[in-house]
Amino acid sequence: MSVKKFIRERFFPHIWCQGCGHGIVLNAMLRALSALGISKNEIVVVSGIGCSARISGYVDFHTLHTLHGRALAFATGVKMSLPGLNVIVPMGDGDALAIGGNHFIHAARRNIDMTAIVMNNRIYGMTGGQFSPLTGYGMKATTAPYKNIDHDFDIAELSRAAGASYVARTTTYHVQQLTEMIKEAILHDGFSVVEVLSQCPTNFGRRNKMGGAVEMMESYKSLTTPIGSKAKQENPALIERGVFVQRELPEYCSEYNAIIEKLKKGTEK
Amino acid sequence: MSRMRFVFSGSGGQGVITAAIILSEAAVLYENLIAVQAQAYGPEARGGATRSDVIIDDQEILFPKVTQPNFLVCLTQEAYHKFSPIVRPGGTILSDTRFVTIHKKSDARQIQLPLYETIMNEIKKPIVLNICMLGAVVALTQIVQQDSILNVLERRIPHEFIEMNKKALDLGIAMGESQRM
Amino acid sequence: MTQNIKFIQGNEVCVEAALYAGLTFYAGYPITPSTEIAEHLAIRLPLISGTFIQMEDEIASICAIIGASLTGNKVMTATSGPGFSLMQEGLGYAIMAEIPCVIVNVQRGGPSTGLPTNVSQSDVFQAQWGTHGDHAIIAMTASSHQDLFEITVDAFNMAETYRTPVILLLDEVIGHMRERVFIPEPGELPLVERLKTAFKEGVDYHPYLPREDGRLPMSDFGGIHRFNVTGLVHDMWGFPSNNPTIAKGLMHHLIDKINNNVHEIARYKEYHMDDASIILVSYGCSARSARHVVENRRKRGEKLGLIELQTLWPFPMHVIRNRCANARYILVVEQNMGQLVHLVKMNVARPDKVFLCNRIDGVFISPTDIRNVLRVIQGRGV
Repeated sequence: MSVKKFIRERFFPHIWCQGCGHGIVLNAMLRALSALGISKNEIVVVSGIGCSARISGYVDFHTLHTLHGRALAFATGVKMSLPGLNVIVPMGDGDALAIGGNHFIHAARRNIDMTAIVMNNRIYGMTGGQFSPLTGYGMKATTAPYKNIDHDFDIAELSRAAGASYVARTTTYHVQQLTEMIKEAILHDGFSVVEVLSQCPTNFGRRNKMGGAVEMMESYKSLTTPIGSKAKQENPALIERGVFVQRELPEYCSEYNAIIEKLKKGTEK
Repeated sequence: MSRMRFVFSGSGGQGVITAAIILSEAAVLYENLIAVQAQAYGPEARGGATRSDVIIDDQEILFPKVTQPNFLVCLTQEAYHKFSPIVRPGGTILSDTRFVTIHKKSDARQIQLPLYETIMNEIKKPIVLNICMLGAVVALTQIVQQDSILNVLERRIPHEFIEMNKKALDLGIAMGESQRM
Repeated sequence: MTQNIKFIQGNEVCVEAALYAGLTFYAGYPITPSTEIAEHLAIRLPLISGTFIQMEDEIASICAIIGASLTGNKVMTATSGPGFSLMQEGLGYAIMAEIPCVIVNVQRGGPSTGLPTNVSQSDVFQAQWGTHGDHAIIAMTASSHQDLFEITVDAFNMAETYRTPVILLLDEVIGHMRERVFIPEPGELPLVERLKTAFKEGVDYHPYLPREDGRLPMSDFGGIHRFNVTGLVHDMWGFPSNNPTIAKGLMHHLIDKINNNVHEIARYKEYHMDDASIILVSYGCSARSARHVVENRRKRGEKLGLIELQTLWPFPMHVIRNRCANARYILVVEQNMGQLVHLVKMNVARPDKVFLCNRIDGVFISPTDIRNVLRVIQGRGV
């Protein structure tokens, strides 16, 4: 399957470090889109600021590279105007849940049809390794040099509580699952969240003595388990992978359109 | 015509602002006059002192606030205390007998009408107190035709409430007429 | 009664004019004293198949209208001081990415939450310099409902002409006051529609390559051309660039397209200026009181004149320079600690002859306030 047609080769090489997980996410996203057979003109990619957000520049879709944390708000304006297009929002963990946390929960609450791919590398990578809301207690970062005393979010639980109608989690190690989840998320009618654990060997792994990219990816294999597995019961520290939420809820653009249609009938009478 | 400056005052929920808007709208839309209406906003949705200014003229009105009204309406004691000192000498203060006890000393003509009592006896709905008051104002000032007020009411108010409002307006007009000099 | 005459609040006039100008998308967050704009558009926009959306805050509101504008909508948001502060980030983005939008700020007392229900004109400088970085902006205001209608339509037209955000700097007095407005028939006021590229699908299209006249014929986002939009310094493809030549060229383009057209953008009114020796300069609600004084003094034979500015940014310095050259005194009337007065001083030969008449207590400046300052200037005592 060729995904090269989706790439803006003119703008390569990309800015990501060797071993970064984000390229794997990009690859999975393009494979998902290729498998779905959606034409390039029907895809909008909106991103904020950060390493992950640079994805928008590299792909030959309608791409909107916006402000830190605000991608979902821009995307809401685009989607409400062009509900027929597929809107994908690749986000970093800080972008989505620190500066953009409010926009994230409200986009989920509206259940507006778009796909947020949260590339969770647990760090602000582009700016050199400051802690994010996903860094986790006890970890180290340039702004938590002794240890981090901030606790992290559970993105899946947060998304569920906020009203997202599709929520899934996997890692860059589980590339087949990742591709399948992105496909499902794009097909899902409503706000979908795919959290991807994505390694940052340069600014998270190195500082927290996790080894290089290979070791970090291996840890994604050993430290995660399918949702509801026996292993999870035996070892609650394992991180669950899989689809947490998949429910049918009224979608925002459709609901708005229904109001317009109702008003039209009212004025015809 | 000489410029008329009104201040309508009372407490939030009494409809004094609505009455002010209806009066000025009638002047502008049906009598080809110039009017501006402004109101003081507080943080409360209900209660608190409410004030709305209306200026009506046949000439352009630039400064839209009223500093010295020719005609002051007070539907609460608080409003009366607060605003009766600003009325123009020779102006008129209209207040409700139930809600306001008037000071004897004033350079204005003071008119007290049993607006609330009449409404409660005849219609039994306090919500139309403001329209009754407006009837009295129109009768006392002759600033606009009654029909102009009716036209505005018919446009603004749901059909089923028109009769009640018309009745309140007529009651107010009758009370106002009785006090005309 | 004709249907075209309405007796409505300034905020509602803004709504009527925006719809007249072709508004199809509004996103906002409620805030006094601008909320009536959102409330009326919540009713009106769905009726014309337009979009109204109440966002989670003002940051999201401006981002949403930018996204919607890119796809080809005429867009607007409305707010007041605290919300306008939050919008500064998005405002800069719209300037950089050249996205037409109209941002209404119905000014109230500040700083911070300030005086939510009282009048002020203290966001004049924020309108120009609120967002970071070198840039040019268009900001407009009006003092009567009829002017407000036309200026609002102008604001939409300028946003389209220059592909830039335009700020409508209203105030609590104008926003909440009701007076008569005549709604023109469709076609009576000229409307500027978006300039779009003639390039067909499949051509190597440069979204950020301006024409020779500085205008940018852009393809609607999500349409036949796929391109990138960013808030970073970018090249003609819309791609991020650190190239100094590209950075310099872009900065000049963004600033020159507005500042070089100040003569076209400047809107102002003059009253009794031909032989005026004392000139009042004012704008927005304050101009009503200023004109009240000028008209009354003229009846007494005093040579007072008024320049009412409707375009505040880019500052129409040529108007002040040319029209105030022979003034004995210039009195700037505004509801702040003195903002526009600095710009007037910068553009006259004798800044020591420029005085300020202001109020900062949330009370609408009255003709009496202005008369009191005039007494002092004219040497008639305090």
